[in-house]
This record gives sequence, C-alpha cells and structure tokens, in this order.
Amino acid sequence: MLVSLSWLKEFVDINKDANTIADGLTMSGSKVEGIKSYGKEISNVVVGKIILLEKHPNANKLWVGIVDIGSEKLQIVTGAQNIKAGDYIPVALHGATLPGGVKIKRGKLRGVESNGMMCSAEELGLDESLLPEYQRNGIFILPPFPLGMDINEALQLKDDVLEFEITPNRPDCLSIIGIARETAATFRKSFKMPVIEVKEGEEENPAKVTIEATDLCFRYVARVVKNVKIGPSPMWMQMRLLKAGIRPINNVVDVTNYVMLELGQPLHAFDLDKVKNKHIIVRRAKEGERLVTLDGKERVLDSSMLVIADEEKAIGLGGVMGGENTEITDSTVNILIESANFKRSNIRHTSKKLGLRSEASSRFEKGLDPEITVLACERAAQLMDKYCGGTVLKGIVDEYPKPMEKTVLTVNPERINRFLGANIPTSEMIEILKSLEFEVVEKGEELEIMVPHFRKDVTMEADIVEEIARLFGYNNIEDSLMKNAQTTLGSLTKSQQLEEKTREVLLACGLNEIVTMSFMGEKDLDKINIPQDSPFRKAVRIINPLGEDQSLMRTTLLPFMLNVAYTNYSRKVEEFKAFEVSRVFLPKELPLTELPQEVKTISIGMYGKDVDFYTIKGVIETLFEVMGIEGVEYVRAQEPSYHPGRSAKILLGEEALGVFGEIHPDVLENYDIPVRVYCGEINLDKIIECANIEKKYTSLPKYPAVERDIAVVVDEDLFVKEVERVIRETGGKFIEKIELFDVYRGPNIPEGKKSVAFSIWYRSRERTLTDEEVNEIHDSIVEALDRRLGAKLR
Amino acid sequence: MKKLYEEAQKEISKADSLQQIESLRVKYLGKKGKLTQILRGMGSLKPEERPIIGQIANEVREKIENILTETKNKIAQLEKEKKMKIEYLDITMPGKLYKYGHKHPMTQVLDEIKKIFLGLGFSIAEGPEIEFTYYNFEALNTPEDHPARDLQDTFYITSDILLRTQTSPVQVRTMEKTKPPIRVISPGRVYRSDEIDATHSPVFHQMEGLVVDEGITMGDLKGVLNIFAKKFFGEDTRTKFRPHFFPFTEPSAEMDVSCFACGGKGCRVCGYTGWIEILGAGMVHPNVLKMSGIDPEKYTGFAFGLGIDRITMLKYGIEDLRLLFENDMRFIEQF
Ligand SMILES: [Zn+2]
Repeated sequence: MLVSLSWLKEFVDINKDANTIADGLTMSGSKVEGIKSYGKEISNVVVGKIILLEKHPNANKLWVGIVDIGSEKLQIVTGAQNIKAGDYIPVALHGATLPGGVKIKRGKLRGVESNGMMCSAEELGLDESLLPEYQRNGIFILPPFPLGMDINEALQLKDDVLEFEITPNRPDCLSIIGIARETAATFRKSFKMPVIEVKEGEEENPAKVTIEATDLCFRYVARVVKNVKIGPSPMWMQMRLLKAGIRPINNVVDVTNYVMLELGQPLHAFDLDKVKNKHIIVRRAKEGERLVTLDGKERVLDSSMLVIADEEKAIGLGGVMGGENTEITDSTVNILIESANFKRSNIRHTSKKLGLRSEASSRFEKGLDPEITVLACERAAQLMDKYCGGTVLKGIVDEYPKPMEKTVLTVNPERINRFLGANIPTSEMIEILKSLEFEVVEKGEELEIMVPHFRKDVTMEADIVEEIARLFGYNNIEDSLMKNAQTTLGSLTKSQQLEEKTREVLLACGLNEIVTMSFMGEKDLDKINIPQDSPFRKAVRIINPLGEDQSLMRTTLLPFMLNVAYTNYSRKVEEFKAFEVSRVFLPKELPLTELPQEVKTISIGMYGKDVDFYTIKGVIETLFEVMGIEGVEYVRAQEPSYHPGRSAKILLGEEALGVFGEIHPDVLENYDIPVRVYCGEINLDKIIECANIEKKYTSLPKYPAVERDIAVVVDEDLFVKEVERVIRETGGKFIEKIELFDVYRGPNIPEGKKSVAFSIWYRSRERTLTDEEVNEIHDSIVEALDRRLGAKLR
Repeated sequence: MKKLYEEAQKEISKADSLQQIESLRVKYLGKKGKLTQILRGMGSLKPEERPIIGQIANEVREKIENILTETKNKIAQLEKEKKMKIEYLDITMPGKLYKYGHKHPMTQVLDEIKKIFLGLGFSIAEGPEIEFTYYNFEALNTPEDHPARDLQDTFYITSDILLRTQTSPVQVRTMEKTKPPIRVISPGRVYRSDEIDATHSPVFHQMEGLVVDEGITMGDLKGVLNIFAKKFFGEDTRTKFRPHFFPFTEPSAEMDVSCFACGGKGCRVCGYTGWIEILGAGMVHPNVLKMSGIDPEKYTGFAFGLGIDRITMLKYGIEDLRLLFENDMRFIEQF
C-alpha cells in the first residue's frame, strides 16, 4: 500500500516529516517498508509550450523546437518522437536539477544551440509504465498549465510516499483514511473524515436494485450520474494515482480508483444505457453462464459465483471484475456507480476458481466494512459532478437487508496488565482506545467497549489487549523471565541424544554433513535403477508440485547423495566423504488416508583414492560399536542400485537395518561419474531403537591371555565370517578375541583358494591357562575347521 | 702408582668415544690391566707395606673409576646431543591429519540455538512434515477462508493432508498431549511452493518455540527472546519488538536485533537500517489454547518462530540460499 503524505495530511493534523511518521507507524503496527520522495531534487523546471518544431539540420532523429516559457522563447533540441507543436511540456532550464543529481546546462547538439531540456515523466521521477502509451519513451505531455509555472507546483509533485506492509487482519488500512486513523492514534492527533457534499440535480434516479443472493451480497448502494463527458481526469488526481501505483485511465475510472484508495471501498461504474431497464439484479450465476470480463476474456460461471446482472444478462462478476458489455467507453454518457459489500469467502472462492484477481477482489476477500459504502458512493458522485461534467441524479439507492450489528466487548484492565506484565493506568488504556475510535464506558472495574464499524478484526478481549499493547508500545513493556512459571528441566530425550551421537560418530569418521531437498521425481528412481514394481516407487505425490521432477516425497536418499557426489566430482573435488540425516516418507497406502511413516534415515556417500568397500563398512561398524549394537550380520544385498558382488545388507536378527556398498556401474554411468562411489542407507530410527549405550563394568582380567595364530586355506568364495564362526563355536568360553590379520592369494596357494590368518586370544577369568589346555583347544579348532569347512592348515 | 694415575688421567681426558673409555677401563682396571699388574707385583713387598700399598691402590682405582665415569657421562651427553642434532625435524611440515567431518552450517546454527533454549528449561519436540491440514491451519486459528492462508503457498497431498508450511503444528500437537507447564522448541523442515532462488526455497528450516503455564506474560516473551538474542548474537545486541500479525498469536510481534555486522550504524547487511528482522512471536491466541484443550482462562503462553536458513545466511554472510543445498565440500568445509 502506497500512501502519499500530502494526501494523508488532508485527514490528520500532523506536521512531522516522513521518517518520523514512518518510524512511529512501524512501531504501532503499520510497517513502513520504504519511503519514496518526489520532486525534492527538481528545480528550475517549468511549464513550456512548443510553438515550433523542425527537423534538426544535421541529424535525422533530432528535433529543434522553439518553446515558450512565458517570459521568453527558448530553442531546445530533443530526440523525442512523441511531441508536436502546441504541446505543453516540462522544460528544464539552464541550471535546472533533476532526480539522481542530474544538472542541465545549455549547450550545442550537433551544432545547434539547445537552451535546456524537454523532460520525460521518468526524468521527473515518475513511473512511466503507468502512463498511457503516447506518454512513454518520450516527453511528458501536460494539460495546458500557465506558461513558466514551476513544474513542482503545476503537478503538485513534491511529496513523500510511504510504502506499507499491511497485514491481512487490517483491510481497513488499505486506504488513506485507514492509515490516517492509525497516524492520528499513534501520534495522538485528531483525525477528520473527508467532507462530502453531493450536488444533486432535479431529475429522479431511474435505477432499481434487487439483491436476490442476500447471503453473498450484504449491501448494494448505487447512484446515477447523467451526461458525463469522458476525458482525462485532473492532473492532481492523476498524480495521486501515479504515486499510489495506479494507472490513470479516464475521469470516470480515475474517480472510482481515487475513492477506492482514499476510503478503501472498491467501486464500479456501469454504462447505464447498456443496463436493461436500468435494473440491477444481484444473483448467483447460472450453471454454465458466460460473461466476458473487462480483461477481454470469456468466463464460464457456475452457481457458486455471484454476478451483477440486469434483467437479461450478467453484466459483472460481483466484487471481482465488471463485464465488457457495460464497460465505460469514450461514448458513455450515463453512469451507474456501484458501491457494494460482498461476502469475503465467496469473492476469494470465485477469484481462485477463475484464476482472476483484481484490485477489488483482493480487497473484498479480506473483508470490508459495509458502513463505508454510502460514503464512498457519495464521494464518487461528488467528484464526478466536479470532474466528469455530469449531473448527479436525485436519490441514492441503498439496499441493506440486514444492517451490521455493533460489537460490544467487556474487558478488565487489571487482567490486561497481568497478561502483559505491565502497569498501564486504566486512564491510559481508555485514551488509547478512544484514539482508535473505540467508544469506552467505565463500568466498575471493567470497561465496556464499542468497536468501530471499520474494525471487523476486533471480536474479543485478546484483540483489545493487542490494541492497547501496540499503542502503549511493545518496547515499553518491561522484560521478565517467567518468574511466575514453574521450573522446567531442559533436556534431550534419549533418542534425540542418540541422533546427535550418530552425527558425531559420522563426523569423527571424517564425513561432512550435507542437506538436500525432500522432493524427487520418477526420473531420480530411474537413474538409480529402481524397477517399476519396487516399493520405492510407492511415494507420496504432491497435487500441486513445482514440476514433475519435484512431485514426489522421497522414499530414498540415495539419488540425492549421488547428485551431490556428481556436483563435487564435476568440480574436481578429489575426495568426497559425506552423510545426510533426513526423513524418507513411506506411505502405508495410496492415496493417503493417514499420515505416512516418516523414517529418519542416514545416507552415506564417498569416493576418492583411499576409499573402498571396507572404508564405508568401517564407518558403519564404528557407528554400531559406539551405539552398542552387537550381533550385526552382513549378507549379500540384492539391490539394483548397487554392485551385486560389492554390496551388503545389514541384518540384526530378522531386522534389516540398511544397505551399503559400491554403486552399480550402470547407475554411475547415469550420473556421469567415472569413479567408483560407495554409498549406504541406514534406518536411523531402528538404530536408535536397537542402540544400547548403557555401560556396565566388568573387572579387568587377572590372568594372562595366550595368543595363537592360525592360517588356513579355504575356498575362495567362503566368507571369512564362516571361519570365524567355527573358531568361536569350537573354542567356546576360552576365546576372548579373534582377529583376522591376513588374507592371501598367490604362489603356494592353489587356484580358487585363499589363505586366511587369524590371531586368537585364549583366556580364562578364573585361572592361568596351561599350554596343554590351549593346545588342546587350538587343535580341536584346527580339526573342526577341516571337518566343517574343509579348511587345511597352511 | 702415581705415575700410573697421571698416565691414566691423561689418556682418559683424550678419549672421545664410549668404546675408547671402555678399552681404557680394561687397560687400567681390567683383570689384566695395569693396576692389577701392579697389585700382583705386591707379592714382593714386605707384609707391613702391603696394606698401605693396597690402600693406595684402591684409592687410585677409585679415582680412575671416577674419571672414567665422569668422562663417560660427558661423552654420552655429547653423543646424545650430536644424535639429537641430526634428528632435528622440519616442524613446519604438516602433521598427519585425523580428518574430522564438518557439520552443515545450518546444523551448527541450530545446535547453538538449541543449547541456549535447553539452558532455559526448554525440551525439544518433533512432528511430522507431512501433516493434516487441521494442524497446519484450523487448529492454529486459520480457517479455510482466512486471508492469512493466501500468504502461504501450500503444497497439498490431499484436501486434508499437506506439507506443513510452518513448524507451528507441533505447538498444537504438543499442547494436545502435554499438560502445562510446557516449554518446548521444535526445529524442522517446512515447505512452501516458491521456486528456488537466492533468498527462497520450497524446502527450508524453521524453529518453533512454545511456553504455556499459569501467569506467563508478554514481558516474559520479551525477556526470553532478549536473552536468546544476546546469547546468540552477542551481549551487546539490542532488540526491538514491532507489532505484527499471525493468526495464532495475539498480540503478535516481530523482533528485530541490532545489526551484528555494523552494531546498528547501518550497513549493507541490514539494508542501512541498523536493524535485522529475526523472528516472529506472540502470545498464544486463546482460540488456539482452547482448541488444543487448554483452558485460556487459567493458562497463558507465548510462541515464537525463526528461520534457520535465514539466520545461517546472516550469521556467516552467505549471500545465496542455494549454497546451503548444493553441498559443495569446499563450502561445507569452511564451517
Ligand atoms: Zn548493519
């Protein structure tokens, strides 16, 4: 919302500068986002008239003009193409200044003397894009002002315009008077409404209004203005519209926009001669009814929408946009002004359904005050009478089936102070409320408050508290530290602690943490080789995604890790070790009837010259070790994204905790990564569930351990884990630790075989084991390895 | 014997290696050494002379022994020094790194914020990212036709289920299942349908805070957030509360902190205003309390919410939001 201070000051008696007003309003709740000054840097620019315009003798695109500025006639060279002799224009004289520090000096242009400059609207600091075509990319053509008049004075240019961010609860502030009221309350100045006197003609108003859909239209006010002459509106009005960011069009439309800006009530003007029998009917649209709106588009309507109609056709979409069939044109003579109030949710619904938003609809859907309609209609009539050359006919139509009731609230000042933690005297509360035009009556300990009609947002005590607090000043409320509250203990839950610990372990393993987006597309799953019938494809779908490739909620983190790996590889990052902890979304059924499972998942990815399968496995094992998860088994994974021989599924009993390994070469090709990449995905929720970080103490061993090495030759495809299992099962309780220290293939080992070597530590907690005892166990292990696995001692 | 001692002394003083010392020891004191030979020759002495000579011999042995040890120590010391000299390393060469990973800057910022609030007695609550429309809007005093819904471009899954647009639904879930006193923060991902650019992202991170108890005041809201600002941005930080609007709080406020880049003088970071908008807050709306089953006559509370991504960018001076999601290792390793 753009508010011109000069306009604002018509309604509030205030004498402060723009910055002070902006700061004050920001701190009382109307946030000012910027201030634009007009005219400040402009000097020595006057109104001139072109009396002669000739081609420049030495340049094709230049003109030489003789400009009358009253006191003298100046020769000025210009490159503009939109002017002709007789036009009134702004002339920057020798020594003039313009916005942006521009200084104008006389000089020669291609050998012809130029004693100043003809100015465009842009050069005067105005937004040219809001001006009609003929004014753009050229000189600003003025109405006939007195020659030599200072341009600031002629255009009433000098002004400061404040840009407000208006919150959706305060549609009343989308108007000059709304901001004026806030200004008055903030600075405790007096506010005055615009003075409106309508000069009516003799002729009776011929128009009739019938509201059929009283549930969607609460009030409809109309007036007829006869014999208008369509033309430009006065320059001061155009300037105010321009400063508010509204395009000037013609006097009638400009008046409706002007009143909307000033009072906040959107108006519409119909060409009355095109309204059948001058009878306005406010009704629901018929199913499939068609209307061409002012933007030239044909709209197909349904019965949820409200139309303004005459006796035979729809002539407007109530509160959204008028119809082309009754549009004001250059030949319009008689006008019906509409000032109505509509149900906000219905306006919202219609404008959403049709994809049609207008200045009017965006105001109506926030909820407007029906009490302002008559005033707005009168204001428009007054201005049309004055600036459109018409006659306002006698009588105003006002259909208002169910007048709005006033809201009355009772509040307790002591309670308010207790709630705020403040000590505001009741008298100050009353003063604040009165400055906001609330009527206040003291009733014993309590205040009875009558809410002004334009404050539809105030419906309960909490709303009153806010009004008092914001005008008292939030920063005047003293800080406190919950001295009345009970003490609470701030702590992490066990699973939150474990999640943090997981992160710490992965960081300690040298992995960097990454964060990626939650959306995926089918293509992401294609790239990691996920078959069509995979459960990974059963993903939650967004109805209104940003694009097909972001339409699903991810069921796996793998594609994201690979994307990041690619980003880094392509940027020549030589070593990459990363993890992400985020959620995947697993629906029980589709479409969703209940919320999907959100599973916290760890994703790991790495590549680099020292990275192999056992690097990522080491990270995972370290994690399990810290988390106290024992008895994890690794079996061959059968996941299409991974290398079948170099990937493993992690099992804890029956439970699958995750998958990791080398990425399938096909997948790497899809990602255009020419090096081996190792990734893994682990279910963090399950890790947290299975973690056991409760520590118990066992006494340190008193008796020495005996270490024996053993090397056996086994089949190439036998898992080392199997050998270890046999050793452990045979050795029983005397085995303290088994450590693989060598795997060897080569000379002395037959083809298809490998030698695996372990160190075994034997220890008893009760006594020192004798050599004989150890030998006996060791021999039985050798025997068992041979018998059960065909492993031969090397 | 005196001659022998002088001779030994002279020779030992010339020795410059441990081997020489050892061979001198043998030469003079060994089984076949000079002193032994002299002692052997004592047989020719008179019996009464023997103890005297023996005593002298022992004194000489002791003296030689002493010089030998002394010299040996000296040489050993010299040799150690010599050895250490050649062992000098180039201490400017790099160490063997144990690479510790880098936490994403957003996690670091969040950790820091969490720590502050844990210290103030807050716990951490979590909630689903795919949420019922009810918790995201209705229960937060934002019914279907509420104009505030326009401000949020929401991703929908069904008509009742959406991607949460704020972490505030966790407030409601917490109040539904916990009796006051409530003191929680709730960080998490939120979604709004914005195309990604330097300052917007369809996925971003928020942190919500909620306090509900008897006698909670707006002064408490200010006090707590002020402490947070000072702890997070530095003790000299000043705060300013401006009225604002959120459907689920009333009164509602936005908090600005004095610019930590310029201290409030005005610079590029703060848009030359000296202030930076940091969070939204307010007293929990009585309707919200009521809908969550908490009696607004008895209990009051405050809530606040802040954007982790934005604060991370401000804190580290990151000018493009996309960097946070790109995960270039060279970026992450800066933190
Ligand atoms: Zn600054």
